Amino acid sequence: MTATTVQAAPPGKKEGRGGAWLSLLAWVVGILFVLPVVWMVLTSFHSEANAAQNPPAVFAPLTLEGYREFFSGGASPWPPLLNSLTASVLSTALVLLLAIPAAYALSIKPVKKWSDVLFFFLSTKMLPVVAGLLPLYLFAQNAGLLDNVWLLILFYTSMNLPIAVWMMRSFLSEVPVEMLEAAQMDGANLTKTLRSVIAPVVTPGIAATALICFIFSWNELLFARVLTATVAETAPVFLTSFVTSQGLFLAQLCAAAFVVSLPVLVAGFAAQDKLVQGLSLGSVK
Amino acid sequence: MTSVAEKSSVGTAETPPPGVARRASAWARRAPLLPALIFMIIVTQLPFVATLVISFMDWNAYYPEERGFAGFDNFVRVFTDVNMRDAVWTTILLTAGVVLISLVLGLGIALLLDRKFRGRGAVRTMMIAPFLVVPVAAALIWKHALYNPEYGLFNGALTWIWGIFGSDNPPQPDWISNMPLWAVIFSLVWQWTPFMMLILLAGLQGRPLDVIEAARIDGANNWQIFRSMTLPHLRQYLELGGLLGSIYIVQNFDAVFTITSGGLGTANLPYTIYQIFYQAHDYGRASAAAVVVVIGTIIIATFALRTVSSLFKEEGRR
Repeated sequence: MTATTVQAAPPGKKEGRGGAWLSLLAWVVGILFVLPVVWMVLTSFHSEANAAQNPPAVFAPLTLEGYREFFSGGASPWPPLLNSLTASVLSTALVLLLAIPAAYALSIKPVKKWSDVLFFFLSTKMLPVVAGLLPLYLFAQNAGLLDNVWLLILFYTSMNLPIAVWMMRSFLSEVPVEMLEAAQMDGANLTKTLRSVIAPVVTPGIAATALICFIFSWNELLFARVLTATVAETAPVFLTSFVTSQGLFLAQLCAAAFVVSLPVLVAGFAAQDKLVQGLSLGSVK
Repeated sequence: MTSVAEKSSVGTAETPPPGVARRASAWARRAPLLPALIFMIIVTQLPFVATLVISFMDWNAYYPEERGFAGFDNFVRVFTDVNMRDAVWTTILLTAGVVLISLVLGLGIALLLDRKFRGRGAVRTMMIAPFLVVPVAAALIWKHALYNPEYGLFNGALTWIWGIFGSDNPPQPDWISNMPLWAVIFSLVWQWTPFMMLILLAGLQGRPLDVIEAARIDGANNWQIFRSMTLPHLRQYLELGGLLGSIYIVQNFDAVFTITSGGLGTANLPYTIYQIFYQAHDYGRASAAAVVVVIGTIIIATFALRTVSSLFKEEGRR
């Protein structure tokens, strides 16, 4: 329905009353979508008594009570937050370390059957993660790696590697062949070609890949829940365990949800365009 | 797929060095690929082989001494299990519901945002926010801060609106108990619509505007332009969004686990298998269920991959 009317206004032209209504509609939709996030942030700054009011106490006085309670009330959230940070950053680094050379071998100097290899990577993303959960758990149990953040790092690397290979391949294919040939003519060696020809073109792509891998690792729950306990627990696991035992907890819960989401919100807002590139595996530029 | 591969290999074999040298150069080409490939095979394929072996075993962690070969018993139990059949349905409904609704909403919103208006950037930023909330956090917020029948925002808003009209008896539905599956679907639609919107918006902005202008001059109306030009152009973006969305939503665990704990008919396959493994500790049956899911996924994925590979060929032809 909206589609037909939207087309009434070719972009960039002065619009009549219909255009104004559509702009209003866009604003209303935007506000509706952001409302739960705004509500989460607002509630996190309310007192527990005000947070649990019906009708909602929108203009209740603001307080840091919820945050104070979250950070120093019960179990400290710092170890889980640090675990999440370690797992996300290290697995992202490992992913890039493995994915960039692989993508190079799939685009700039492609191996035979490179597209089959590429699809092998993608197909592992379609394999349900639960199918590998049990053997990894048993392996971890026997190897004494349960509740160890390194196990998560390895698993997150395998989770993000296919995405990263697809993305990096897509970015590397943008390096103009003429530039590579010219560099070769000039007698540039591999390191020089990488540094002066390839790196400038793909650096934004590497940033996009890193952003996506970081977000997906930070968000992961299922494996972290099964494979960790008290020591290597990540922030999402901490969130789930933290709800059950509290009485009046809404403000505290909102504070916790906001704190845990904050790194992703900041990184995502700062790099909106990279987000699109990344989520579409590099096929939308 | 093969045609692309052949094309590329023709381009690279300009000077065919004979024998040993050629083999060495082929390995030099492969070398950068191998670490990633070997890593993926070890971490994703080996566990699956193990799952396959365990699926034929009688193995419950509660009864460790009874471990042994079980033949097809686990598979028979999986296929005759009502819970598993329900889980298959739930998974299909959940995935199809979330993907279709968020694609349609995403398309509408992308069309709204493809126009120039005051605050377009701000609206786009607001739209992205749901996707950037950590999934568990989002599920918790929906469950406790929005759906909660006593102090959730939805019922709070109802009280407020009813209060405006002087009624002190507003409806206060228990959203999650009344419509558990929809409660999960809505929270996921909220998270995934921005994703679809972003991909479709990028597609819209890559549209050849001069052709559309020409069609307009030729007297095509908006609906005709949308049907015969915009939609075909968006097709591959719709397919991409649908495929990537399905890959992630089919595996959804966070929302089901958090909002309903798999109760009230919302247990999808990942949650059900998690339960058999994590709560019942029936390793054999969990593995058999996983194997069945993987086989199902392979069948569906073959079709899905064909779609991607056709998109991919178009890209290669460029």
